[in-house]
Amino acid sequence: MIEVKNLTKRYGTVRAVNDISFSVDDVGVYGFLGPNGAGKSTTMNIITGALAASGGEVTINGFDIFEEPIEAKKCIGYLPENPPLYSDMTPEEYLVFVARAKGIPAARIEKDVEGVMKKTGLTHMAERLIRNLSKGYKQRVGIAQAILGDPDIIILDEPTVGLDPIQIVEIRELIRELGKEHTVILSSHVLPEISSVCDYVIVIFRGKIVVQDKLENLNRMFSETEILRVTTKGNGDKLRAALEKLEAAEKVTVVSNAVEVEAVIEVSSGADIRENISDILRELDMPVLSFTSNAQSLEDIFIKLINEQHIVEDDPSIPVKKVKKSKSEIKQSSKGRAYYEDDEDGSDNEDAEYTPLFEVDDSDDSDEND
Amino acid sequence: MSAIYRKELRSYFTGMTGAVFMGFILLVAGIFMSIYVFDGLLAQFQAPLSAMGFIYLLAIPVLTMRSMAEEKGQKIDQFLYTLPINVSKIVMAKYFAMITVLAIPLAILGIIPVIMSLYGSVHFTVAYSSLLVIFLLGCALVAIGMFLSSLTESQVIAAVLAIITFILLYFVNAIVGIIPENAYVSLGIFCALALIAGLILYYLTKNVVVGVSTGVVLAGITVGLFLWKNTMFEGAFAKVMSVFDVFGRAYNFYDGMFDLTAVVYYLSIVVMFVFFTVQSMEKKRWSEVD
Repeated sequence: MIEVKNLTKRYGTVRAVNDISFSVDDVGVYGFLGPNGAGKSTTMNIITGALAASGGEVTINGFDIFEEPIEAKKCIGYLPENPPLYSDMTPEEYLVFVARAKGIPAARIEKDVEGVMKKTGLTHMAERLIRNLSKGYKQRVGIAQAILGDPDIIILDEPTVGLDPIQIVEIRELIRELGKEHTVILSSHVLPEISSVCDYVIVIFRGKIVVQDKLENLNRMFSETEILRVTTKGNGDKLRAALEKLEAAEKVTVVSNAVEVEAVIEVSSGADIRENISDILRELDMPVLSFTSNAQSLEDIFIKLINEQHIVEDDPSIPVKKVKKSKSEIKQSSKGRAYYEDDEDGSDNEDAEYTPLFEVDDSDDSDEND
Repeated sequence: MSAIYRKELRSYFTGMTGAVFMGFILLVAGIFMSIYVFDGLLAQFQAPLSAMGFIYLLAIPVLTMRSMAEEKGQKIDQFLYTLPINVSKIVMAKYFAMITVLAIPLAILGIIPVIMSLYGSVHFTVAYSSLLVIFLLGCALVAIGMFLSSLTESQVIAAVLAIITFILLYFVNAIVGIIPENAYVSLGIFCALALIAGLILYYLTKNVVVGVSTGVVLAGITVGLFLWKNTMFEGAFAKVMSVFDVFGRAYNFYDGMFDLTAVVYYLSIVVMFVFFTVQSMEKKRWSEVD
């Protein structure tokens, strides 16, 4: 379906996209994830042919986007970051224009336009001028335009921005629906959205792909340990002894004070020992005051990934699929920033505009640039 | 391509632009027509037409200013690139839409010789070949205006650029007439132009080496030629500038001469500036400068 090989886009000395490769072969919803300025929009713009690349290859359904752009573009529907709307048209006129421009046969245009308007809930707004529509409706017109003509690949750059909560739910539903028959690539930095809609996740950071995997694998990969926290009353030592007998409990810490006893149990992944703990508490006749478990959210995983990437990013052996591997490499990883071009004099770097999203200690980096 | 053409044409008529443009041309041409033909009793359609060049100075920038700049300003140009249509076809569709808007008022003006013939004898060949050259002049100016519009994201800047360019072209003969036909003056002007070319190249590529070396090499060649044969430079600037006399090319037609070189000249300008516009649009896609 989509194959991206060694794609690079340079702006001056900055590499907005740095030698990324990935492929998408199946229908489904793919989340394209990364902090602001990571290179998501640039990558999407290149895949859809809106931008030319500095190097690398993009193949859409077997058509090279640079060699056979017309054929390749016919397979793609794209919603850019700013919905490309003509304010002096009505949604209906606009969609008819897009349908014609996409080369949809004249006989099908009316039916297709009606169909996408129904899907995106635009039918009752069909006669209004786009300039008078709210941000949410404009966004819907943008989505309608992208799915018009039933393209195999639908690329949506932040599709739910500006929508109200109910619309967000509707649009997510629509995206899930589209994902059953189409390849949908969806960029977002709203993590709950990715985790609720996507089957696969591609994380990009500073122009490089950090991880590409199924969402559930990602969850499994990172939740090696689960932490259970119990607050109770009574004899802390007895509780510790009982908990330590549990096989799945890797580490048990019990802190007692005059009023309460708090136990923190680290559990190896996969095992569910909440019931066993409950049994123990009952046997010891200790009341449960609170009981929490913190499984990791996509947010934790994302932050973890990005922070790791700060350390390993210049490593040529950046793992694309296996994240666990990278963990062992953190310690011996090389330093430096892949983000900048290999510079001989280092002075180029001063031109490069870059503001890190996450606060990190950059003192190492400044040393190497000298 | 037809989709873009229809959309563009539609937008000229749903908005003010088309009506203002056509109304302006018809109004001013009508005033000239009344003064020369109906009041002055001059049985020559081409006499008032020759004033059309002056109308174009203001009317064509109104037509072309939004052609490329509007979409660039709204970042819709990016979306056009993702459609399964070549950039050259997009530009051509837009160009043809503007030419259509230009052709409508001229076609209406075409009725006038027929009306005139009711009251006397009219030389139809001269009348209609003059109308043709006015149309070709318009086509050339629209192409230039479209190119200027593709350089900026602001319609206002596009219009101002076009008006300034057209005024310079309109008065090119008068301006050149002021400059003495001295070889040294020509040398100075050509050297200055060489350096300006280098500066523009630097601005486009942000590459100091390319800009400086182009400027220096061109200026060097000019000085070299001058040292070799300085008689060549006498009046050379005026000769070179005559290439830019877009408006003056039409005059032969008003005198009743069908000047084929003028037709070729206008068509070449059209092809050249449509090509430049395509390149200017493509440049943005390929740009690696911030």
